[in-house]
Amino acid sequence: MKIILFIIQKEFKQIFRNKSMLPIIFILPLLQLVILSNAASFEVKNIKFSYVDHDHSAASRELIRTFQSSDYFDIIAEFPSKKEANLQMQKGNVDVILEIPIHFERNLIKQNYTNLSVSINAIDGAAAGVSNVYITQIISSFNQSIKMRLQIYNQGNEVQPENILTIPSFWYNKNLNYKIFMVPGILVLIVTMLSLFLSSMNIVREKEMGTLEQINVTPIKKHQFIIGKLFPFWILGLVILTVGLIIAKVLFNVPILGNIFLIYLFTSIYLILILGIGLFISNHTETQQQAMFIAWFFTVIFILMSGLFTPIESMPSWAQKVTLLNPIRYFVEVIRMVMLKGAGFNDIKSQLVIIAIYAFAINGFAVWSYKKTN
Amino acid sequence: MNFDIAIVIAIEMNIKVQNISKSYNKIKAVDAVTFEVNSGELFGLIGPDGAGKTTIFRILTTLLMPDEGNATVAEYDVVADYKAIRSSVGYMPGKFSLYQDLTVEENLEFFATIFGTTLAENYALIADIYIQLEPFKDRRAGALSGGMKQKLALCCALIHAPKVLFLDEPTTGVDPVSRKEFWQMLKRLQLKGITILVSTPYMDEASLCDRIALIQKGKILKIDAPQVITANYEKLIYDIQSKNTHGLIHDLKNYSSHYSVYAFGEFIHYIDKNVDFKPEDLQQYLEEKNHSDIIIKKAETTIEDVFMDL
Repeated sequence: MKIILFIIQKEFKQIFRNKSMLPIIFILPLLQLVILSNAASFEVKNIKFSYVDHDHSAASRELIRTFQSSDYFDIIAEFPSKKEANLQMQKGNVDVILEIPIHFERNLIKQNYTNLSVSINAIDGAAAGVSNVYITQIISSFNQSIKMRLQIYNQGNEVQPENILTIPSFWYNKNLNYKIFMVPGILVLIVTMLSLFLSSMNIVREKEMGTLEQINVTPIKKHQFIIGKLFPFWILGLVILTVGLIIAKVLFNVPILGNIFLIYLFTSIYLILILGIGLFISNHTETQQQAMFIAWFFTVIFILMSGLFTPIESMPSWAQKVTLLNPIRYFVEVIRMVMLKGAGFNDIKSQLVIIAIYAFAINGFAVWSYKKTN
Repeated sequence: MNFDIAIVIAIEMNIKVQNISKSYNKIKAVDAVTFEVNSGELFGLIGPDGAGKTTIFRILTTLLMPDEGNATVAEYDVVADYKAIRSSVGYMPGKFSLYQDLTVEENLEFFATIFGTTLAENYALIADIYIQLEPFKDRRAGALSGGMKQKLALCCALIHAPKVLFLDEPTTGVDPVSRKEFWQMLKRLQLKGITILVSTPYMDEASLCDRIALIQKGKILKIDAPQVITANYEKLIYDIQSKNTHGLIHDLKNYSSHYSVYAFGEFIHYIDKNVDFKPEDLQQYLEEKNHSDIIIKKAETTIEDVFMDL
């Protein structure tokens, strides 16, 4: 025990003496939290909208006016022909082209039916999808109102319009504020990244410096060395979580509805898992660069498949199964459930058990593959 | 009647290496090496870079497992009893491998703690080395000079009062004054009963050991006391000097009865094939080749000369 404490003390000394690492450990992650949380938005605004109006009728002008009055669209230009509009789309000047065909109004009145063509720049698929939804909504509401008026006009008598109004109610995030949704997720990302990178580079560093060779001829035990080396990063992870939670509360006003100790309980087990992965990477690399690269590789996969930026429900089913192996996925779920929904111990029990088993397995494997002799 | 029974136990603390081989990717780094080090001996492994010295050290300090053969250190087997060896030997690797970002004192305390001892407990053993380090005890190890680093590494290897000390090229990259000092320290440690196995590529350090093993390409060529090795060398070596050193080597190599010619400090070492070699003949030959200020005299045999001839 005394030896473990001594190694921990030595590790902390080394961390605090490394002047180039200190800001990387403490300042950059928090900057990341502040910047990413403000910037990583799923809202698509200021869509560059253009149109080609072949009809020039009251109905076509009204349609365009509805787009004008929407917050999401900036009307960039009206083009005389589709060809020219396409050219501008190719140059990247417009994102959406609405083409209103000739006899648009006449067909609506006579046949009760007409076509509209919409072209969307889908280089950014996600944004294109969102634009599509907005456009469809605007057109269908326009459709309803114009139909009604045309019917009144046609039949010459007053018909009471039938209106079904849907008022959505967003639970757990009333104003659909994406920050409330994102901040806990980004906090997870930062805690994970930091502890994984630091722990995977740490033992490799001793290899690189040659100090591991000196350590290996001492009677120090495997578990003493590993615990002594990793424990400081477990503490660091919890410190970063604490600072992140304070920022989330103070700066972003993210609600913390559940018991905060549940988050700590989960994180403390989760960190053991992450440190185990770090140890495993350390064992199988020779230099800090190699360790860094492998840690980076895993982090990217973990992040992209965590449900943080893209919902897991919309992934193909094989990918959904892969996310079951992704520790970040569970942490994102738990932190959102506890903070936003006020989930209790029973609600996160299954995630907790999965992570605990996972941590046990990974650490067992990592310790087993750690060799003092080769 | 009373019998006073005095039991004297002579503890034979030594290193026994029997037929040790180790290959890296089919290249034999150590090839059937056998040697023994008596307790309290200062034993030198002398050989050029890549001779396999470090591999032998790594096997004896339990960092590597031999492919073949067996070895014991302080009566413990290097494979079966590796744990016992780790707490009873001190190892100073060739590359400085202490924590550069910890201070001198912190490094010492760290190694003392993981060996389950304290700085105070074995202070007597390292006192005369540590005294030189004391003024810098709050300086980080990375900021020390080469000689100081080496003294610190030695202190760290001694902190747990090991019975056997392994020093892998301890003086490589150290200035001549510090090298001399270092060997004096080793001699003092030897007097305290520590068995020392040291390796070095410097032939001049060989004569400071009690016994040496000359090693090349993973094989031991000779084991004996350095004085015996040089005394047993039967060929006569001549120191030769002239104004044009480069031309001298060339011309000596063209001399019909030459055996070997190589630069040795300010002189050229020359050995002739013939037992009845007359220096006057060579003098005459060199004068014909327009050399001036020619000196030819008998040289004292050194380990290097023996090594060059192996």
